[in-house]
Amino acid sequence: MIELQDIKKGFGDKEILKGVSAVMESGKVNLIIGASGSGKTVMMKCMVGLIEVDAGKILYDGKDFTNMDTHERKVIRQEIGMLFQGSALFDSMTVEQNVMFPLEMFGTGSYRDKKKRVAECLERVNLKDAAKKFPAEISGGMKKRVGIARAIVLNPKYLFCDEPNSGLDPQTSLLIDQLIKELTVEYNITTVINTHDMNTVMESGDHIVYMYQGQKQWEGSNKEIVFSNDQLLNDFIFASEFLREAKEMRQHELFSSGKWKEDLKNKAGNPAGGDRQKPE
Amino acid sequence: MLKGMFSRPENMKMYWKQFMQQCVDIGVGSFGIVFIISLFMGGVTTLQTAYQLVNPIIPKSTIAQVVRDTIILEFAPTLTSIVLAGVVGSKIASELGNMRVTEQIDALEIMGINTKGYLILPKILAALLMIPILVMISGFLGVWGGKEAGVLSGIISPDEFLQGLRQDFRAYNVFFALAKSYTFGFIIASVSAYYGYNVKGGALEIGKASTTSVVVSCVLVLFMDYALTAILL
Ligand SMILES: Nc1ncnc2c1ncn2[C@@H]1O[C@H](COP(=O)(O)OP(=O)(O)OP(=O)(O)O)[C@@H](O)[C@H]1O
Ligand SMILES: [Mg+2]
Repeated sequence: MIELQDIKKGFGDKEILKGVSAVMESGKVNLIIGASGSGKTVMMKCMVGLIEVDAGKILYDGKDFTNMDTHERKVIRQEIGMLFQGSALFDSMTVEQNVMFPLEMFGTGSYRDKKKRVAECLERVNLKDAAKKFPAEISGGMKKRVGIARAIVLNPKYLFCDEPNSGLDPQTSLLIDQLIKELTVEYNITTVINTHDMNTVMESGDHIVYMYQGQKQWEGSNKEIVFSNDQLLNDFIFASEFLREAKEMRQHELFSSGKWKEDLKNKAGNPAGGDRQKPE
Repeated sequence: MLKGMFSRPENMKMYWKQFMQQCVDIGVGSFGIVFIISLFMGGVTTLQTAYQLVNPIIPKSTIAQVVRDTIILEFAPTLTSIVLAGVVGSKIASELGNMRVTEQIDALEIMGINTKGYLILPKILAALLMIPILVMISGFLGVWGGKEAGVLSGIISPDEFLQGLRQDFRAYNVFFALAKSYTFGFIIASVSAYYGYNVKGGALEIGKASTTSVVVSCVLVLFMDYALTAILL
C-alpha cells in the first residue's frame, strides 16, 4: 500500500501537482488517468523518488519514503519494478540481457535458474523470438513489453507502469492489461498505472484516480465510473459519440441487473472513494 | 559527485564486469589513434631536432637523446592525453548523456542501484589503468617512429640512434610521465563523466555536454601539465 499525503510539486513558478492525496492499495490495479500534461508522469516519479516533492508525504506500507536517506530508499527500491513512458531499455544490451540485468544484480540462484526466469517473463509478454535483438532493432510496442518483463522479473512488491499500452495494438494491449492484473492479484502487488487507454480503465481499473490540472478531480472504480456525473471526467473518458453510447448501454445493463445497488452499497462503506455527486 | 560514488557495490561481479568492459572500450577503442599519432609524433620530433642541431661538433646520437626525452617527458603523456580527451572523453560524456536523457540512469536508480558508483567509478578506474598503459605504449611507438624517420631520411644511422637512446637515461623521467598520465587519466574520465551524467534535456544537450567535456578536460590537462612540470622537474 502506498499513501500519498498532500503532494505538491512545481517546476519554477509552474505548479504541476497542487496537493494530491490518494491511497494506492495492494492487490489492486490503481490507475492514474488524466489528459496529456496533467502531471501523471510527474506524480509517478514523485512516488518513486526520482523527483523530490516540494511538500507532502509518501508512505510505503506506513514507512515515510520522503524522509528516507539513500540507503533506506535503496532497500525499498529493490522491491520496485518500473516501466518508463519511454521504456528506458539499456541500449547496449540485448532484450534478454535487459531482462536479465536486475536478476544478475540482485537475484540469487544459479545462472540456469535466472535464464529460465527470463525466458518465462519474455514468454509472458509474447517476446520469445526477440530475445537476441537489441532495443534499436525492435518496435516501440515491443520495447514497452521488454520494459514490462524487466519490471516484473524480480517479482516486485510495488509495480509502476507509465503508459504500458500506448503504442500497442488493442489485442496486445489487452494481453498486457490482463498480465498486469493477474500478477497484481497473484502476488498481492501494489500496482500503479498511468494511462489514457479506455480499455485499460474498463478492464482493470480497480481503483481510478482522475487528475485534472494538478489536482485529484475524481476517484473511484471502473464500475462507478459509468455512473459518474462529473462533467470533466465524462468529457475526458467518454470523449467520442461512440463511447457515450457505450456508457449509456453499460449503465442500462448494470441498472437492469440490479448490480448497481451493490456497488453503491460498497461505495457507501468506502468514503475515500467515489463520486462527489451521487448518481441519479 | 565524488562522494556519492563510494558505497558498497550491490553486486561485485557486475561492477567487475562493468570495469572490464570499460577497460576494453578505452584501451582497444583508442589504440588505433594512439598508434598513428605516436609514430608521426616521433618521426616529426626527429626531423625537427635534426633540423635544429646543425652544429657539427654535436654528435648525431644527441638527436636520439633529445627525441627520447621530449617524447617521454611531454609528447607521449600530454599529446596522447589530449587526443584521448577527445576520443575517450567524448565517448564517456555522450554515453552517460544518452543514458540520462533516455531515462536509463533513472531505471537503474529505481532498481536500487547506486548509479554513480556503478556507472562512473568503473570508468574512472578503467581510465586510471588504461591511460597510463596507452601513454607507455605511445612512448615506445614514438621513439620507434623517431628512429624510423631518422633512418629513412638518412639523418642518423640505426646504431647512432640506439646509442643516443642509452645516453644519460634517467628513470625519473618515466616516473614523471606516469605521474602525468595518472593525473590526466583521472581528469579525462571524471570531467567527461560529470558532464555526461548531469545532462538535462534532449539529444542536443548530449552533443553540448560532450563538446564541453572535451574542452574542459583539454584545458585542465594542459594546466596540470604545467603545474606538474613546475613541481616535479
Ligand atoms: N523536469 C521538468 N521540468 C519542468 N517541467 C516539467 C518537467 N517534467 C514535467 N514538466 C511539466 O509538467 C507537466 C506534466 O507533465 P507530465 O509528464 O507529468 O504529463 P503527463 O500527464 O504524464 O502527460 P502524458 O500523458 O502526455 O505523458 C507538463 O506541463 C510538463 O511541461
Ligand atoms: Mg506521462
